[in-house]
Amino acid sequence: MERRIVVPYDEKVAEELQSGDYVYITGTIYTARDAAHKRMYEALEQGRELPFDIRNNVIYYMGPSPAREGRPIGSAGPTTASRMDKYTPTLLDLGLKGMIGKGKRTEDVKEAIIRNKAVYFAAVGGAGALLSKSILSSEVIAYEDLGTEAIRRLQVKDFPVIVVIDSRGNNLYETAIEAYKEI
Amino acid sequence: MRTINIEDITRNIKEMCIEANHVLTKDMNQVLAQARNTEKSSLGRQILCQLESNLKIASEERIPICQDTGMAVIFMEIGQEVHIEGGLLTDAVNEGVRQGYGEGYLRKSVVSDPVIRENTKDNTPAVIHYDIVAGDQVKITVAPKGFGSENMSRVFMLKPADGIEGIKNAVLTAVKDAGPNACPPMVVGVGIGGTFEKCAILAKKALTRPVDEGSEIPYVREMEEELLNRINKSGIGPGGLGGSTTALAVNINTYPTHIAGLPVAVNICCHVNRHCVRIL
Repeated sequence: MERRIVVPYDEKVAEELQSGDYVYITGTIYTARDAAHKRMYEALEQGRELPFDIRNNVIYYMGPSPAREGRPIGSAGPTTASRMDKYTPTLLDLGLKGMIGKGKRTEDVKEAIIRNKAVYFAAVGGAGALLSKSILSSEVIAYEDLGTEAIRRLQVKDFPVIVVIDSRGNNLYETAIEAYKEI
Repeated sequence: MRTINIEDITRNIKEMCIEANHVLTKDMNQVLAQARNTEKSSLGRQILCQLESNLKIASEERIPICQDTGMAVIFMEIGQEVHIEGGLLTDAVNEGVRQGYGEGYLRKSVVSDPVIRENTKDNTPAVIHYDIVAGDQVKITVAPKGFGSENMSRVFMLKPADGIEGIKNAVLTAVKDAGPNACPPMVVGVGIGGTFEKCAILAKKALTRPVDEGSEIPYVREMEEELLNRINKSGIGPGGLGGSTTALAVNINTYPTHIAGLPVAVNICCHVNRHCVRIL
């Protein structure tokens, strides 16, 4: 089913989304990948605040290529989500409501998604030029020294994603493969 | 003896890094377009259409095809009649990468130490494979490699008794484990034979062979076709979201090996199978 949602969103919206839905996201999302996750995790361990309020927000696992003059961002497709799995349940328990990435997640992440009524979306890997057209603005808000891995606040309009793991734990990577498997 | 100045090497490598990250080779474009017509899943077809639009936007608007503009892998096939002048060849190659990634607005994804992990901020050093060949030319292949798929690559040290079935199972295992992480539809490069490191380089080089050009060795070509067919029955599909297009090609290279061994490397590449070739 095709849907349009606005981010941030609460658990009521998350519960309406189903594995396999094609979703257009509009609103504010945040980028963070390997190094930013490590730093956020260390901040929490040391009792410090995260650099942005993650409640009801969505993290996009993405490190862009540099923007040409006059453009908000360079190429901007998803990176592999599993490298963030170690840190993700903690962030979900703090109120993170969605993640955009690509690739498999662990059982721990899936359980945390169900527990917190969140959603794991996939964007199409390797389509960074196309996806960049749905990003209206980009601003580094933390960890600037990490370069492409800094945390960025993005304004997006009709950013195309697919629900992979929904708030009930249905996983499109498992169900869809079964549907087309011939051996 | 023919003389080539290192400035020519640097300039060409700079241009090739930029070119490879914005435009795929004709054979890659063709095989993607064909896949759109044969894909069984409607979501799969939608994803393949997005990939085609992505390629169009990348080349027309000069936005890299993928934000992971890779670690620069460079094959240098140097004719032994060539004399390189003006400085150190390796420095010239890395200078080309530095200029290309800077001027081309490409992402700097290289860290100086695998554990300490500090970004070198210019995407150097490149991974360079030198080969001395006959003649008075230098053939340069620039193949920027993204790590979503690189991370899913494997080396299997099989036993001779595992034979051809063992090789096929190794390739299918690597592809199945890679699944959605490697940004399917993939191109699968396979190296069989040699030693531990030789088979990995064979697999990497296999990715740079045109996808519409099979191996010249009949049994290898048959294996390429059979593996492609079996991989596309795995159900993984475009984006790993189900379908009949999991791989676009399987390219296999072979080399003599030891009586006791059967090394097999599977180097997986996503659909952004980038390479640019020039002969100086």
